[in-house]
Amino acid sequence: MSPLLQIKGLGKSYPGVRALDGVDLELRAGEVHALVGENGAGKSTLARLVCGIAQPDAGRMILRGRPYAPQSRTDASRQRVRMVMQELNLIGTLTVAENIFMGRMPRRLGFIDYRGMNARSRQILADLGLDDIQVDRPVAQLGVGQQQMVEIAAVLSQPCDVLILDEPTAALTAAETRVLFEQIRSLRAAGTSIVYISHRMEEIKRLADRITVLRDGRHIATRDAADVGIEQIIRLMVGRDLSQMMRREQSHAAGNTPALRAANLSRAPAVRDVSFELYPGEILGLAGLMGSGRTETVRLVFGADRADSGAIYLNGSPSPARIRSPRDAVRHGIALLTEDRKQQGLLLPRPLRENITITHMRDVSRLAGWVRGGRERSIANRFIDRLAVRCHSPEQPALSLSGGNQQKIVLAKWLFRDCPILIFDEPTPGIDVGAKFEIYQLLADMARAGKAILVVSSDLMELMAICDRIAVMSAGRLVQTFPRDQFSEDRIMAAALSGYLAHGATA
Amino acid sequence: MAQQLETPSIPRNAHRGGMRGRLFTLALDYAALVIVLTLLIAIFSIRSPSFFSRAQFSAMVNPNLPTVLVAVGMTYVLIIGGIDLSVGSVMSLTGAVIGVLHESGNAPLPLAIAAGLATGAVCGLLNGFLIIRWNLPSFIVTLGMLLIARGMTHLITASQKPSLLFSGIHVLSEPMVFGLPPSLFFTIGIIVVGQLVLSWTVFGRYMIAVGTNEEAVRLSGVNVRPIKLAVFVISSLLATLAAILTLSRHRFADPNIGRDMELEVIAAVVVGGTSLMGGRGTVIGSCLGLLIIIVLGAGLAALGTRDEVKRLVTGCVIVAAVILDYYRRRLNASAATAA
Repeated sequence: MSPLLQIKGLGKSYPGVRALDGVDLELRAGEVHALVGENGAGKSTLARLVCGIAQPDAGRMILRGRPYAPQSRTDASRQRVRMVMQELNLIGTLTVAENIFMGRMPRRLGFIDYRGMNARSRQILADLGLDDIQVDRPVAQLGVGQQQMVEIAAVLSQPCDVLILDEPTAALTAAETRVLFEQIRSLRAAGTSIVYISHRMEEIKRLADRITVLRDGRHIATRDAADVGIEQIIRLMVGRDLSQMMRREQSHAAGNTPALRAANLSRAPAVRDVSFELYPGEILGLAGLMGSGRTETVRLVFGADRADSGAIYLNGSPSPARIRSPRDAVRHGIALLTEDRKQQGLLLPRPLRENITITHMRDVSRLAGWVRGGRERSIANRFIDRLAVRCHSPEQPALSLSGGNQQKIVLAKWLFRDCPILIFDEPTPGIDVGAKFEIYQLLADMARAGKAILVVSSDLMELMAICDRIAVMSAGRLVQTFPRDQFSEDRIMAAALSGYLAHGATA
Repeated sequence: MAQQLETPSIPRNAHRGGMRGRLFTLALDYAALVIVLTLLIAIFSIRSPSFFSRAQFSAMVNPNLPTVLVAVGMTYVLIIGGIDLSVGSVMSLTGAVIGVLHESGNAPLPLAIAAGLATGAVCGLLNGFLIIRWNLPSFIVTLGMLLIARGMTHLITASQKPSLLFSGIHVLSEPMVFGLPPSLFFTIGIIVVGQLVLSWTVFGRYMIAVGTNEEAVRLSGVNVRPIKLAVFVISSLLATLAAILTLSRHRFADPNIGRDMELEVIAAVVVGGTSLMGGRGTVIGSCLGLLIIIVLGAGLAALGTRDEVKRLVTGCVIVAAVILDYYRRRLNASAATAA
């Protein structure tokens, strides 16, 4: 069978990172082709190139035997290549029907034919078993899972030969996932070629015909799904045995007073009655699916949001700490390294120097608030050297650095503040493997120096490699905590899913 | 490994943001403005020989000293990503308070001035409080204040012009040293302090940071509310000082003073390289921007240009300056990435 889409030597660089490096891939008509790899392995980059969002700087693609070089997403969909994005691509204030028919709304006498459009939208959703979604409601009023299904519906409602799904089930309930899988199977039967990107091994085993593994932007292997086991795929993804990734001596945390104790934290609807203890010298992981309330929980601890109820106790103190703003948290020695370093962590156009010292200006100023320029520069240089940030000068704007080095600057600003409790929300998103290991090493060093570290991550491998304990959240509750000798992907995954099984379809 | 694929680590050289590097970028920032200003002066001086004279200089600068003060405050406001439309009205209100208290209330001048400053502070506090308490856009809050303050001005003056003829306030604008008035030295002092605070104090650093990414600053453990509040208070207080300088020139309080001033000032500040989006700007740049607009107006007048044409040309220059600034910034950004 001749392939539907051939990808030959595809390459793409971003400043500081070779995101994709000479990747070959063949897609057959009527197959589900799973694309797996660690975060930053190049899966999303490859998907973006295939559906025209970005253009490759090396290699070529051949679609149905003819050269294929989409210049835009519209261009790609005209050639029947479509994609469901990882990030939602909907316009919240428009209705479900308007979103489904975005850019191709049916018209009558120059006006939008709302009646016809709504009727057809209802039909499209009904085909996906989504009769309960009202087509004339603004999308923003739907839950995240339903929004995701609307987005999938919008893509599926148009003819396509190549369909790319990038982490489509991250926000879906089990029931919605089942509907999606049925749809994927019937598309496959109709001859559509489906690229399925996911971290979820069970899904891939259930769905995929073939599996391609990417690592560090390179093609590592393509196998028939029937021939490989999950462990084998993981070994290919990681490129080394998990046990060798990180060797951390057991922390000596047990028995000490906890540096931080969260008691019954709640904030409706994301966080429900969450309690945990964090000890000095340990790395505690917070695992869970997207939307399970992990980020919301650490934001409560940091005072970025107000809790409805619950309390934080520090260093064994019997009275709760008064944390009503990030400023209070920092004064109590708690640092939060946010998930989104560009939106919430950095002053992108400002020099590295200013990004580093912002957390503790008092330390680099005189009494009346005059900045001590020399001291500030030497501090910036010191942290840049200590974290081996690749840059030319501390006067360089933060936006000129690669993702990994930007993340090191975020780290630097909190190292400068020297908080005894550090919370990392996704410490390594979009970072290449080399920088990742440097950051893991730093985390281990800080724990050894007695810091209490809480790490939120969607990357289970990451947590299992670096943490002493992993607490698992599911549907807003902290359901189970695993000590290091009981880490297992299956059991943690089961715990992460447990809250959703019990409560049914309440995403 | 991807590690090796990254840009090779070039040893960071002596250029670690030393004093010399800083002065160089500073000069570069102002070079375009200074060149435009010099060109304008040169052109007008050639076309109109009387233009390049001390009399002309005084005629251009002295009446505009209050505008300079307001521009300093506006620079701060724009840097934190806000806007203050109320400056002209606050100026008229505080001037009216001083005038009415002195003329009808027989208050001694220092007391009247203190009351004026207090009024200005209240206006600024109100602006800032409404903005930070309910997270309202400063555009709409200060637009409200613009109308409120103007309305109050006319209420308390009954649309009359209270006189300060014998108050002695005029000495501020009379020649003193080298034939230059105290108001000029005072304004220069405010410019210098304004720029120093912006570049060399923690407050200045926070202002720029808040304008760049307020959420990131908040999550860095900085309380951003007092910073925003202070900036709006400073803006209103500078408008009050502008009112005092205006009183000293006119020797009466005009309830119609400062109309449309906010627009002229915002234009000047933006021409001077301050971003309307916040996070970027300098006090000195704003002053140069204001000078460009003033020289342009005066020069065109000296050439006998009609008022309508003057407005048209000024409008074009403002738009051109902003476009020019866009390209200058892109150049800087690409230079920074390539560095």
